[in-house]
Amino acid sequence: MNWNWSVVDEFMPYFWDGVRVTLQATALGSLLSFALGLVWALLLRTPSRFVRWPVGFFVEFIRNTPLLVQLFFLFYVLPEWGVQTSALATGIIGIGLHYSTYTAEVYRAGIEGVPAGQWEAARALSLPRGRTWGAVILPQAIRRVVPALGNYVIALLKDTPMLLGIGVLEMLNQARQFGAQTFQYIEPYTIVGIAFILISYPASLFMRYLERRLVH
Amino acid sequence: MSTDSTGPTGSPGSTPAASTPGRSTPGSGNGAELIRFDKVTKRFGSNTVLDDLDFTVAPGKHVTLIGPSGSGKTTILRLLMTLVKPDEGTIRVDGEYLTHEEKGGRLVPAGEKHTREIRKKIGMVFQQFNLFPNMKVLQNITEAPVHVLGLGRDEAEERARELVELVGLTECLDRYPTQLSGGQQQRVAIARALAMRPQVLLLDEVTSALDPELVAGVLDLLRDIAHTTDITMLCVTHEMGFARDISDDVLMFDAGRVIESGPPEKIFSEPENERTREFLSAVL
Repeated sequence: MNWNWSVVDEFMPYFWDGVRVTLQATALGSLLSFALGLVWALLLRTPSRFVRWPVGFFVEFIRNTPLLVQLFFLFYVLPEWGVQTSALATGIIGIGLHYSTYTAEVYRAGIEGVPAGQWEAARALSLPRGRTWGAVILPQAIRRVVPALGNYVIALLKDTPMLLGIGVLEMLNQARQFGAQTFQYIEPYTIVGIAFILISYPASLFMRYLERRLVH
Repeated sequence: MSTDSTGPTGSPGSTPAASTPGRSTPGSGNGAELIRFDKVTKRFGSNTVLDDLDFTVAPGKHVTLIGPSGSGKTTILRLLMTLVKPDEGTIRVDGEYLTHEEKGGRLVPAGEKHTREIRKKIGMVFQQFNLFPNMKVLQNITEAPVHVLGLGRDEAEERARELVELVGLTECLDRYPTQLSGGQQQRVAIARALAMRPQVLLLDEVTSALDPELVAGVLDLLRDIAHTTDITMLCVTHEMGFARDISDDVLMFDAGRVIESGPPEKIFSEPENERTREFLSAVL
């Protein structure tokens, strides 16, 4: 095996483009999954089963089908419906939607973990429903699930290479293209592998720190 | 069944028709009653916790509910706070139905809006305090006055400052509940309930979760409130000395019914009922 530093030099500009796209997809996909997951969690608690059942079916469906299938579906079917977006935007929507079905479960556990006495105190004070959720229940529920949500950010980061399936030039796809053009595969793939661990390991240390801080 | 009781009368389900508003409140000048239970039954599964219960409480009275655990005392408080719903019967607060509304001359289950209006007249202090841990003491107390009563923030904070002074915790306004002792937390919870200026204060075993050395401070505070305000109190407690001090009337519960009621001197000194005697000899 020959390691060639000049290949590394050549690859770096493409690599940085890939890093930017990977981080962008991770950050925006995570935010989308946090927001949508909360929406699913709240809808799954509404008294009306005409809301709960379809949402429950949708969430189960997304969670139990492969991300790559969903990405292909969004990429090839959305334009048919007249929705034109870039591959990256489609990828962010797809990965955010996919992970929102997991974060929904995290929020559910967090909400159920708030002691019954908190609901009773809110009721005894006649707090309106919006205030009960917004000022009492969710702040406590979210605080205890921040570490669990953080773990999904790391999982999501590691799933971003799936986006190469729809042509997004994230880190891995940059390496693959570079290799296809130069027949130099070892250096780019090695660099991308190291980059993943350099991003995700400190992130997981940070999550453990958050866990110690927030969950007592 | 005693008829000389001043505030409440507990009437066993065997004589349901005998209870009338006029008879039950001879002690209050205008014959008013603030709380009225009519034939209230509450079951949890196959377990009947309250059985065809009638009783009334006159305004300003302090009534203590005693009895063995599982006898339905706490359920009465939870029914008043609408944390649970009665299976049968009606509850009225200040003359208005709590869980029912009159529509076209018929009683129908009340909507949330109606219940909310009535419930504002009632405050509750819980065994486990149930302070909001994500809010500082000040916000715990101002939260409901601002968002339920619509008070301005300044006015609500002014009210909160007066109350923390009353409960002796002026220095704790900017702390979080977890930074306080159990006794301090319970005093904040009392201030939080009082901030809504309720007509009725429900006290659900408020010292049961406290370390023994913290009990006296909370009880002294409640004695103060009982003796210096005209707030109506409904109190479930195992502190018989406290019950004797603050109560106008004591209701003895057993198996979901009031088996004896009367002023504390009588209940604690010369109880008539065999079960009351047994219970008191076990706890005193």
